[in-house]
Amino acid sequence: MIPRLELRNICKRYPGVVANDDISMSIQPGEIHAVLGENGAGKSTLMKIIYGAAQADSGEIYCDGNLIEAHNPAVSRALGIEMVYQHFALFESVSVVENIALCVRNASDLESLAARIGELSERYGMPIDPHRRVHDLSVGERQRVEIIRCLLQAPKLLILDEPTSVLTPQAVVKLFETLRQLAAEGCSILYISHKLDEVQELCDFATVLRNGKVTGTARPKETTSLELARMMVGSKLPEMHVSPPLPSEKPVLEVRGLSVTARSPFGTDLKDVSFNVHGGEIVGLAGVSGNGQAELVALLSGERTHDRNDAIRICGTAAARLGPDERRKLGVAFVPEERLGRGAVPPHTLWENAVLTAHRFGTVRNGLVDRQKAGAFAKSIIDKFKVKANGPQSTAQSLSGGNLQKFIVGREIALQPKLLLVAQPTWGVDVGASAFIRQTLVDMSRAGAAVLVVSEELDELFEICDRLLVICQGRVSAPLVRTATDREEVGLLMTGLNGNNAIASGSGEFALED
Amino acid sequence: MDLFVAIFTGTIIAATPLIFAALGELVVEKSGVLNLGIEGMMLMGAAFAFGAVVAGYSMPVAIIAGALAGAVTSLLFGVLALTFLTNQYAAGLALAIFGSGVSAFLGRGFGSAPIEALQRIHVPLLSDIPLIGPLFFHFDPMVYLALLMFVVISWFLYRTKSGLVLRTIGESPQTAHAIGYPVIKIRYMAVLFGGLMAGLAGAYLSVAYTPLWVENMTAGKGWIALALVVFATWRPLRVLLGAWLFGGMTILQLQGQALGLAVPSELLSALPYLATIIVLVIISQNRQMLALHFPASLAKPFRPAT
Repeated sequence: MIPRLELRNICKRYPGVVANDDISMSIQPGEIHAVLGENGAGKSTLMKIIYGAAQADSGEIYCDGNLIEAHNPAVSRALGIEMVYQHFALFESVSVVENIALCVRNASDLESLAARIGELSERYGMPIDPHRRVHDLSVGERQRVEIIRCLLQAPKLLILDEPTSVLTPQAVVKLFETLRQLAAEGCSILYISHKLDEVQELCDFATVLRNGKVTGTARPKETTSLELARMMVGSKLPEMHVSPPLPSEKPVLEVRGLSVTARSPFGTDLKDVSFNVHGGEIVGLAGVSGNGQAELVALLSGERTHDRNDAIRICGTAAARLGPDERRKLGVAFVPEERLGRGAVPPHTLWENAVLTAHRFGTVRNGLVDRQKAGAFAKSIIDKFKVKANGPQSTAQSLSGGNLQKFIVGREIALQPKLLLVAQPTWGVDVGASAFIRQTLVDMSRAGAAVLVVSEELDELFEICDRLLVICQGRVSAPLVRTATDREEVGLLMTGLNGNNAIASGSGEFALED
Repeated sequence: MDLFVAIFTGTIIAATPLIFAALGELVVEKSGVLNLGIEGMMLMGAAFAFGAVVAGYSMPVAIIAGALAGAVTSLLFGVLALTFLTNQYAAGLALAIFGSGVSAFLGRGFGSAPIEALQRIHVPLLSDIPLIGPLFFHFDPMVYLALLMFVVISWFLYRTKSGLVLRTIGESPQTAHAIGYPVIKIRYMAVLFGGLMAGLAGAYLSVAYTPLWVENMTAGKGWIALALVVFATWRPLRVLLGAWLFGGMTILQLQGQALGLAVPSELLSALPYLATIIVLVIISQNRQMLALHFPASLAKPFRPAT
């Protein structure tokens, strides 16, 4: 049989890295083919090359036996190759049907297109209102729009880049049903993921990438996860050590009845948010992104203030009206979600970036920067956290995501905070560095600090958190004890299907009440 | 009653160059490009249109020459900002200064004599109706062209697929590129259109509004057009209303000066600028609406990924 898609010896270099090194693979019609690999293994680059959004330096791509010569996304779409991006390619300010009209050839008029969208969404069990504006949609709904947009073209090959990273467990089940139905109709599916269990459940065949090279192929349903993990990571994964929490008597962070309206029309209002974080424990905030996390994090970090000063108390001090620097004086440290731009100034050197938050720790004297001390401070972080960098003089933007994240986490921890706020600690960070960062957070909390982790990765939260909060549509649930809850319950709370009242009587009521 | 007719028609006429320039800039900005050089393009349009009349060409040819001069001038900005990805603010300011200098140079040979202004239309019967005739059917053709452009641009932006593509390129050129739209090409077309409209605005000033050539005769109208687009929160209807407001204030202060109000004339002259900005600041307070209509990638250079 002629493969639907065949790659021969694809190579792609970026300055300083080889993203794809001599990759060959082929996909049959109707096959669900996984491309498995760590963050940074080169999966996304490979998909961009297949779709034509990036050009390979060398190598050939064949579609249904024909060589694709000059490649770009328009060629792909003419050939029936469609792609659902990890970060959606949707325009927020226009409606669903307009978004789709932009990608559909011969979109006659919006009304008949809307009707076709309704029909398709029904057939594949993905309800969506074609006339809503995209910024009103949840992340799961946006993904449906992307998928329906692809389906309208009757694709022969559908590429999905980490489609489940933003979905609740229930939505993942639904998505898999749709994908199987599609494959049964003859559409080939290229499924990119780093989640072993999903690949084993869904995919017929897997190509495993590591450092830009193919390190193995497998039939996931007949291969153990251990074996797949070995191909992916190359060595044994470090084990986490999580000892029981030792919560302090008084909470370090108290949030009481915090309500705000979002600053942008694309944000979510917070409604009556209350919770505590004690010293010696890690509390996780789970939730699908866009449910108010950004607003809550801005309020906690002091980037945005609140009129009612005692809505937020830090170590007993009313702090809602304080700015970020005043909160840092109270012993708060903060690792933001955007590493470049909020966590670090991209074109500045590491030692300069270290001074930004460590200026109270001997790196600034009489208003002047003590370069030697600042350099030594940055050097100590680089050594202690094994940051792969060319010394304190290298710029923040020259580091890989994982290494910069290690540096930022290291910098904040070096401040010995009483309260550490961390948003998406391991987003885009490779497995080795993720494990290290997580272990560091656990160790910090066991040394007495209060740690609040905001993350979309349920696996991560279940691994390190002592208590879990779930945010949905701007409301935060009552705390759940990690050992007494499960993904199912958290997933239901994430979708808001389970009213907030139901938790109080549920399994997760926390014993430590104030 | 004659005073009312005078104020009404004066308002419409004074607003016309602003409508051309601001609607053109609106299209440019909707594609995510900020061209600050309207003033320069208007002056080039004014100089070429006036020069064509002086050289003996007919009125339509002169106006087309003005429009083309604006478009060619905008091409300079396009090459700098879109091909070489220079800073759009700097490129636009350079264009404003360039246009002002070059037009002054060209205008040396024009002399100071006025030319015969663009003829007003006369529709049989309609133009002769009392009150209605002078109010609606007795302008020069470019006034009607400006209104037609308003209708066409509103329809294009919000009713056609090309308009949708243009707006989405202004929101996220990366995404539009990923879907397969030629972002740079479309932005070039938007910039050229903006230049064409600014050229028309300039031509209107020199061959219809004040049919004579004066150096820097735009007197800041290009900058007002720029402000109109921003404060009108990137919506065509508000641009139109803002232009009329400015036109109305211009005429009212002229009437005020003629009546000899005890206010310094400099202050009265500043009134249209002040009033337009104050009103537009007030109506652009709604952040939600602003975020919906603001082209999110405005003034950010875009280079397609490789």
